Amino acid sequence: MSMLHLEYQVPGDDFTRAGEASGDVKHKLKKLGYEPDAIRRVAIAMYEGEINLVIHGGGGVAIVDVDPDRVDIALIDHGPGIPDVEQAMQAGWSTAPDNVRALGFGAGMGLPNMKKYTDEMTIDSVVGEGTTVKMAVCPGRK
Amino acid sequence: MTVKELAGICGWRLLAGEDGQENQAEGCYIGDLLSWVMGRAQSGDVWLTVMGNLNAIAVSALADTACIVLCEDAALDQDAAKRAEMQGIPVYGTGENLYRTAIKVHDTLQ
Repeated sequence: MSMLHLEYQVPGDDFTRAGEASGDVKHKLKKLGYEPDAIRRVAIAMYEGEINLVIHGGGGVAIVDVDPDRVDIALIDHGPGIPDVEQAMQAGWSTAPDNVRALGFGAGMGLPNMKKYTDEMTIDSVVGEGTTVKMAVCPGRK
Repeated sequence: MTVKELAGICGWRLLAGEDGQENQAEGCYIGDLLSWVMGRAQSGDVWLTVMGNLNAIAVSALADTACIVLCEDAALDQDAAKRAEMQGIPVYGTGENLYRTAIKVHDTLQ
């Protein structure tokens, strides 16, 4: 049982609401007196994840568990899945459509950023069934 | 230096987010691709861009940039202005281009 357990529904195709969950987590971590650098890493990694849920996943769920020594984040969608995870992890690789690029996304930096800012990250994806990304940020480790 | 002082010296107009004007400006980053900015900008950077949408406000809030400066008279969307106001994310506007704005930031923060 974690110190703080949070769950958020992230709607698909609604860019105006992306960032609400990560903003709320950031706010709560600040209140808990979490280390600022760890808060920033959680906020960025989670926002990138939210954006992926909106663009690719058709929406999904974000689950966050906070403990003094780590923040665990799980992003779960039932979208199309990622055929080649290794390719998706490459900086610059993107399948985002033009309307998404016009908003400033789709640079192919989402997953690489999530990896960069977290201490642990796994991607479990099945084509046609969905994707689960799990990340952990441990204060002071990076 | 606060972003308010920097904006005064550089001649930028405040577009939204007055409550955040005491943020400290420590550096500068230029970019329009949001994930690129989140990957590279440092906390406390003055962020120069032409991207005035809701997501830019979210990026600034989550990545802890000191403020946003919309260069070349790029527009700030109405919903973005509202969000910036609500969250205290200072957004400034200038008619100058990104290069000239960056030079001013550099010269002022030296």
